[in-house]
Amino acid sequence: MKISIERAALLKAVGQAQSVVERRNTIPILANVLIEAEGDQVSFRATDLDIEVVDRAPAMVERAGATTVSAVTLHEIVRKLPDGALVQLADDGVAGRLSVQAGRSHFSLATLPKEDFPVMASSEYTANFTAPAQVLRRLFDKSKFAISTEETRYYLNGVYMHVAEGEDGAVLRCVATDGHRLARIDADLPEGAQGMPGVIVPRKTVGELRKLLDEDDTAIAVSVSETKVRFATPAITLTSKVIDGTFPDYSRVIPTGNTRRLEVDAQDFAKAVDRVATVSSERSRAVKLQLDEDRLVLSVNAPDAGAAEEELAVAYGDERLEIGFNAKYLLEIASQVDRENAVFLFNSAGDPTLMREGDDTSAVYVVMPMRV
Amino acid sequence: MPALCRDCLTRFDSGPRCPACRSPRVLAHPELDALSIAHVDCDAFYAAVEKRDDPALRDRAVIVGGGHRGVVSTCCYIARIRGVRSAMPMFTALKLCPDAVVIKPRGDRYAEVSRLIRAKMDALTPAVEPLSLDEAFLDLTGTERLHGAPPAVLLARLIRDIEAEIGVTASVGLSHNKFLAKIASDLDKPRGFSVIGRAETAAFLSGKPVGLIWGVGAAMQAELETAGIARIDDLLRWDRKELGARFGSMGDRLWHLAHGEDNRRVSAHDPVKSISNETTFDADIAARDRLEGHLWRLAEKVADRAKARDLAGRTVTLKLRRQDFTLLTRRQSLREPTQMADRLWQAGQALLAQVAEPGPFRLIGIGLSDLAPATVADRTADLLDPGAALRAEAERATDRIRARFGPDAIVKGRSLR
Repeated sequence: MKISIERAALLKAVGQAQSVVERRNTIPILANVLIEAEGDQVSFRATDLDIEVVDRAPAMVERAGATTVSAVTLHEIVRKLPDGALVQLADDGVAGRLSVQAGRSHFSLATLPKEDFPVMASSEYTANFTAPAQVLRRLFDKSKFAISTEETRYYLNGVYMHVAEGEDGAVLRCVATDGHRLARIDADLPEGAQGMPGVIVPRKTVGELRKLLDEDDTAIAVSVSETKVRFATPAITLTSKVIDGTFPDYSRVIPTGNTRRLEVDAQDFAKAVDRVATVSSERSRAVKLQLDEDRLVLSVNAPDAGAAEEELAVAYGDERLEIGFNAKYLLEIASQVDRENAVFLFNSAGDPTLMREGDDTSAVYVVMPMRV
Repeated sequence: MPALCRDCLTRFDSGPRCPACRSPRVLAHPELDALSIAHVDCDAFYAAVEKRDDPALRDRAVIVGGGHRGVVSTCCYIARIRGVRSAMPMFTALKLCPDAVVIKPRGDRYAEVSRLIRAKMDALTPAVEPLSLDEAFLDLTGTERLHGAPPAVLLARLIRDIEAEIGVTASVGLSHNKFLAKIASDLDKPRGFSVIGRAETAAFLSGKPVGLIWGVGAAMQAELETAGIARIDDLLRWDRKELGARFGSMGDRLWHLAHGEDNRRVSAHDPVKSISNETTFDADIAARDRLEGHLWRLAEKVADRAKARDLAGRTVTLKLRRQDFTLLTRRQSLREPTQMADRLWQAGQALLAQVAEPGPFRLIGIGLSDLAPATVADRTADLLDPGAALRAEAERATDRIRARFGPDAIVKGRSLR
């Protein structure tokens, strides 16, 4: 194999590969990226056995071939090369070495045979559809903060992507929850997604997927089976196993009878919460909300650290209410609001609270109160 | 050189025997009057209590330990002569010493005797740091004018009184810091009194294995070995920064200890770091429902203790001991601290469910660590477990019933498994 490739293209491809490889693995080849050159393009493949990413980039291929080298080392080298450099990769020198040449820099990296590189078994996808990057970006960006990190409830360690019945018919829905908060985000159902099996997309996959979604109008080809999910752009294919578990019936925990309605500017609200929470020394900082006729008083009382209070003008017309929340949870859900005011719907100080953006029900958040 | 008779407490200028009572139990050391950090360690404590309570056992080998199986918890010096050691499996111990009297530990009784000893220590200084029922650090700095005698005399009197009035013997280590005092108490057991002075510290440590250092176990020893450190002298060749870089905070501590420096205070109020409970089974158990039954009982005990101290913990640790005595531990961080038996059990049960090994196991334990005050515990309910709030209320009600009518007044069915 002998190829020449532009540094920027190489950096992007290897960057994605090195973030997929498992850093603490005991199988050496899993730390490597498989480089395959053919025709006028080169592909970079990396896997941790749960996720596989293939990144294709145009290159001048002098001699086709394939080899594997440490993804992290190659990425570090390319990152440190000057912008605009032309990089040559060749395996024709010392056996078992890949030569990396750029300008006057020369590196020789140990390789492992390409035959040892694990290839993810292909899957029969039962649903295939295409969705614009911005639609998927909204679905996952707005839900991923609620993914649980509790390993004992492994079925919550991802985003549940499925087809659901929305107010105006079927929708493509993403739900994540850790038991303290929940995010439910809907999008129009893309053509071909009907009958798609519901899958739990693991946290790491969600993180990797995000890198495919930067450009608004890229069409993302999505394929789903019971066990795998695949997201593809013309240049990158991301294949991942899904979490083998049953996502809990979230619909029964989304409150429907909450009537006390608070409307507030989300940014002002978040800033005020952040300010008052400063005085708390606890790891999970509790903020108390006192609601009264168009008035919201946020307060924190930490006996050994201090106290803080801030008043906000809001729209609230129901009876008095005092309710506590974890400041971090409030900040996270408030930061999901980007267009209109945040609308909170409360029931009592012990019941889950619902939050949405204006009257838009396509993004709904639930947060559990905290005893204060 | 100042000297002290350990029998009649007469102080004199060194000699082989006490000029007053002719006892040979003379303690002479150049720094005898200048040292004030002590470690007092009872000799074969559990066995000694048993012998005290039943004089018929006096001349027999006594092993205190768990039933037919289990391990030796303590053995008397007669059994030690035959090669029995604590932590040895009981069957091995009985092979070495078949005529030994095996006694099941009576924890409450030992705690009772320990309290008597503790009271005597407390009369000497407020700075008593108990390490367990049978050993404690004492800082006697500045007590000389109060008691009219230097620390060495107070300690000799303490030991003499414990022996005469309580009926168990103890050994004392006296030095200028905790690390050396602890080592010293072990030098001359039983009924020992050893002194390590400042002047002799370096010479004393020279040539000693690193395993002598408190906190350096087998794993740490192996790690040090790979760095070419086997003896305390080897540590002296290292630069403090390099040791710190290689072994973290432990490296820094090792460097100081190797130089005979230890500035930890003798603290009576060491904060609790974890609350745990475990049980060794009469016969190994593989059945998950029976393990869960044990787990529930232990979770309830841990929760009881947490509630009694107004504490809660963020990390739940499950502990299982395999048949070959190796330990398996699994831990989980909770999103907020808890002191509820129910949450503890839920987490422990989930951890147990993830243990793929079929067992059988000989021990199960559960613990709560990363402690926080109870005021920040259990403040957020679980959306996905609406029954949890009800169960928490039931647990609080149960606690009130048990407080009034005794711990067995109301129990969960699963604790009977």
